[in-house]
Amino acid sequence: MSSSPLNILVIDENRIRAAIIESGLREAGHGRVTLVHDVAGIARRIAEIEPDVIVIDLENPNRDMLESMFQLSRAVKRPIAMFVDRSDSAAIEAAVEAGVSAYVVDGLRKDRVKPIMEMAISRFNAFSRMARELEEARGELENRRTVERAKGILMRSRGLSEEAAYALLRKTAMNQNRKLADVAQSLVTAAELLGPGGL
Amino acid sequence: MAEHQITAGFMPLFDSAVLVAAREIGFAAKEGVELRLVRETSWANIRDRIAIGHFDVAHMLGPMPLACNLGLTPLASDTIVPFSLGLGGNCITVSNAVWATMADHGALPDLDPARNGAALRETIRARAAAGEAPLRFAVTHPHSGHNYELRYWLAGCGVDPAREIEIVIVPPPFMADALAAGRIDGYCAGEPWNSVAVEAGTGRIATVKAAIWRNSPEKVLGVRKAWANAQPDALAALLRALHHAARWCQDADNHAELTALMAQPALLGQKAGIQMRALTGMLDVGGETTRKVEDFFLPFGKAANFPWKSHALWFYTQMVRWGDVRHTAANASVARDCYRPDLYRAALKPLGVALPGANAKVEGALTAATPVGSAGASLVLGPDGFFDGRIFDPDALDAYIERQSPGA
Repeated sequence: MSSSPLNILVIDENRIRAAIIESGLREAGHGRVTLVHDVAGIARRIAEIEPDVIVIDLENPNRDMLESMFQLSRAVKRPIAMFVDRSDSAAIEAAVEAGVSAYVVDGLRKDRVKPIMEMAISRFNAFSRMARELEEARGELENRRTVERAKGILMRSRGLSEEAAYALLRKTAMNQNRKLADVAQSLVTAAELLGPGGL
Repeated sequence: MAEHQITAGFMPLFDSAVLVAAREIGFAAKEGVELRLVRETSWANIRDRIAIGHFDVAHMLGPMPLACNLGLTPLASDTIVPFSLGLGGNCITVSNAVWATMADHGALPDLDPARNGAALRETIRARAAAGEAPLRFAVTHPHSGHNYELRYWLAGCGVDPAREIEIVIVPPPFMADALAAGRIDGYCAGEPWNSVAVEAGTGRIATVKAAIWRNSPEKVLGVRKAWANAQPDALAALLRALHHAARWCQDADNHAELTALMAQPALLGQKAGIQMRALTGMLDVGGETTRKVEDFFLPFGKAANFPWKSHALWFYTQMVRWGDVRHTAANASVARDCYRPDLYRAALKPLGVALPGANAKVEGALTAATPVGSAGASLVLGPDGFFDGRIFDPDALDAYIERQSPGA
């Protein structure tokens, strides 16, 4: 059975994540996707776009405003309700955990919304994973810099070679059952406390 | 490891103080409760996360659990209220432009709801006569004390809030900015979000919740019913911790520590000085005028933590009044059963503290602070008057609902 293409509105202040959702929707064959990053004037946009499905990130502090607006007939021609398939509690949990919710116009069939919801959930999770990995990579880079600084301090203050300085840091970390980066950080902090150029 | 692990959702508002103090000052730990607090960005998130079990309990708007149980919200689970997180705390703030017109119609910076409400009514009528757009007021949520007290006040002053003004939803931290930018003309919100506008010179406080209905309910502890049934000991321990925390929050000796705690960016993130206004009731209403409001916000006093069924039922009458829900015997029962004074009493009984003997009271009947008979130590209630002198007798629910046709 062919149905008219769905008009999908994605409201997300995070432009990168919104773009990831959009590309997912387009890959899945949804051509009519609109992204909105700022909720200012959203009532007018909704009236213009007349979306069938609205995808919102749960971090959005305007969610209460949006939900109440969807219920006002003045702002929207057709009532919009949160998509909740009560028979599918795993899906509900997956959506909340991924940080996304969907609102659909009255009368839209469950089986047409479910794949959109599933796609949004997987893209939200992919984005979170990416953000986490980026954060970890940043932390890793920061750690490496700290170890470099700690090595430099040891080389200057104790006249050690680079290899010996590194070995000393590693041995200390192992003896104290601490991470190399933590030991390095302690040394850097101590050096700073002991005065400019003190060590 | 603590005997009970409890996860609570909260919104960054001053009246989350009792939950915050329970954790940070150690009252929860003393009761064997490891209380994990999770800050949220919307009431909808709190509703969703309590429904799927991420949260066992949460900081909620007083009418919100009713809305959940009455089936007015998506993804809602049965929620009960065994503890109230305080009385009062809200103000109605208007833009400088609206205030100037209200002043022309007799408004004074004395927070008098009748006088200033009449002045607002004349302002609204004058705009309508001149063909101008209706004033736009913001509240924090449709199912909130803010929405219902704003409407009650306006209706009591002869304004039909459903037709003569526009009511929109704005998150409290954005209220002052929306007012300054002219996107709204006024709002009803908890402190410190009114003082923030006064401080910025962009708003004036027209009246306060404590003047519209003194000692009236605001935020509550919403508890997932299934969790409460499964973990009665954990819930009782939490309620005892909250009781001690609320008493600590009320004590003026602790206000400096409390406001410093709430000032942390992870909690409320507003300066201590501006928070202090809610605790002392000394409000800068704008125009270099400071007013002392008695019982502005009570986290503990006047049996503030007791979940009166008459509070739930009053919220219900307003939900009926503004078309949220139809009045039926079954719906009234849902509202009545939502607030659970029995659980409060059972949890606090071992402490030997003052406990109200009744589950409901006639609201608006006390014109002065009144000692009441209670189990154990003495307890003072009221005054609890509505600004229009009306009385809400929960035993005469039908008659009250009948008399309050919308806009009347």
